[in-house]
Amino acid sequence: MSDRRVSWIDRINGLIELFENTMTGFVSEVGSMVVFATDALRLSFKPPLRYLEVIKHFEFVGNGSVMIICLTGAFTGLAVSYQIYLGFKMVNAVNLVGPTVALGITRELGPVLTGLIVAARAGGAMAARLGTMRVNEQIDALDVMGVNTKQYLIAPRIYAAVAAMPLLTAIFDAMAMLGAWFLCVKLVELDPAVFWDKVQNTLKVRHLFEGFFKSTVFGAFFAAICTYRGFHTSGGAKGVGEATNRGVVQSMVMIIVLDYFLTNMIRIFYLAIGATP
Amino acid sequence: MSEIAIHLEDVRKTFDEKEYVVNGLNLDIPKGSLTAIIGFSGTGKSVILKHILGLYRPTSGRIEVLGEDLNKMDNDQLTDFRKNFGVLFQGSALFDDMTVLENVCFPLSEHRRELSEGQMVEIASRKLQQVGLDSKHFDKLPSQISGGMQKRTGLARALALDPEILFYDEPTTGLDPILTEMVDNLIVETHHHRTGITSVMVSHDLEAAFRIADFVAMLNAGQVLLFGKPEVFFETDNELVRRFVAKGMKKT
Repeated sequence: MSDRRVSWIDRINGLIELFENTMTGFVSEVGSMVVFATDALRLSFKPPLRYLEVIKHFEFVGNGSVMIICLTGAFTGLAVSYQIYLGFKMVNAVNLVGPTVALGITRELGPVLTGLIVAARAGGAMAARLGTMRVNEQIDALDVMGVNTKQYLIAPRIYAAVAAMPLLTAIFDAMAMLGAWFLCVKLVELDPAVFWDKVQNTLKVRHLFEGFFKSTVFGAFFAAICTYRGFHTSGGAKGVGEATNRGVVQSMVMIIVLDYFLTNMIRIFYLAIGATP
Repeated sequence: MSEIAIHLEDVRKTFDEKEYVVNGLNLDIPKGSLTAIIGFSGTGKSVILKHILGLYRPTSGRIEVLGEDLNKMDNDQLTDFRKNFGVLFQGSALFDDMTVLENVCFPLSEHRRELSEGQMVEIASRKLQQVGLDSKHFDKLPSQISGGMQKRTGLARALALDPEILFYDEPTTGLDPILTEMVDNLIVETHHHRTGITSVMVSHDLEAAFRIADFVAMLNAGQVLLFGKPEVFFETDNELVRRFVAKGMKKT
């Protein structure tokens, strides 16, 4: 009886210890990432200013993602508007499909899906590129050349992601609305004038900016996570694969978790200034 | 007594607070010498090199390079101080998105901003020719040239800023005998080409170390087991050194 009790206590202690270690590891890793990113951003204000690097990475994160964003945006608009159309048809409210899609896309789906797609594409590439540079000693080479690697490699990537994300989200929103318009007006034959009129009456500029704000934060986070993972790669090709995988997965999870908190933050902000969320 | 370029005093390093990779290491590398650091695998050769380069901080002990105490420098000062170094890495570590010429121009564009682009290209071309690389390869990417040419490019890049100290990290590991000899000759030529330059080579290649180095330091268990001119290693009574040298020379 006493042995059994001891064994249960041991198991509970083991679980507590595991939880404690996991939490300590998590907190310490998040702390390291924050220090890493803020250090890079602090150094970015020191000469030499790396604006050419920012443009180069902006071209990769922004221009390079436009096609995939257009494609996914248009099809997301088509799919979401169709599902909403089916639901609203049951309650004879098909005229509200346009505004509902517009609000959902600009405030939630636009920034979140853009974040997920760009994190997978550009974030993954950032982690893989930096990881390869680490295992091939290119980062060490920069270090011993007296080049500040965080300033040269990390800060420009974070700035590029932060600048590109709201623009990509705007493109996603526009393409999704085009997709929704195509489905509603051309396929299920709603009145185009009603569709646009309802959208214009419901959608406010602040709704668009909510999405842009979220996507800017997502850009900063996925770039910081993926560059951190890539920069701290070890263990050859396997290590590069693991760093890329961890960077992308953590970025995606972070985007979805952050979205909830940002939505709440924006709601509290609206309530504080007396506006309707 | 000649002037000292690198001074390590009772340097200790542990990564896990249990085992010391470097354990009370003392070493003085004379200015203007070509010194080889040799030793069994896992004896701390590369770790020591990274300490001298300021990439690792020692757990305890003192590291002075060119009279400056590295422990007293913050990261920004260390970054700036590294302009005095040139390093040829084992795998050359060339930037794969830059051409051969751009690779050599890169340190100049970072630290010699007063130079025009034309002047940088001129200096880089001169360095590449100094290490024997033909101009027809200047516009190629590192992936488009051979391993030997990559080594030459890596060395030209290391020389771009006319460093005070040149480091070679396992420069011949994994190369065939002909390429090994070419790299060894390149190291000697580079060392003699610039008077006063201090060269430090971490190597597994004992034959090359004894042939080209002015001084050799053998590490064992994170300490210097023997330091001196190459002939000292053939006259010593230390059994471990004798065995290591005998096996190493036989192998090469």
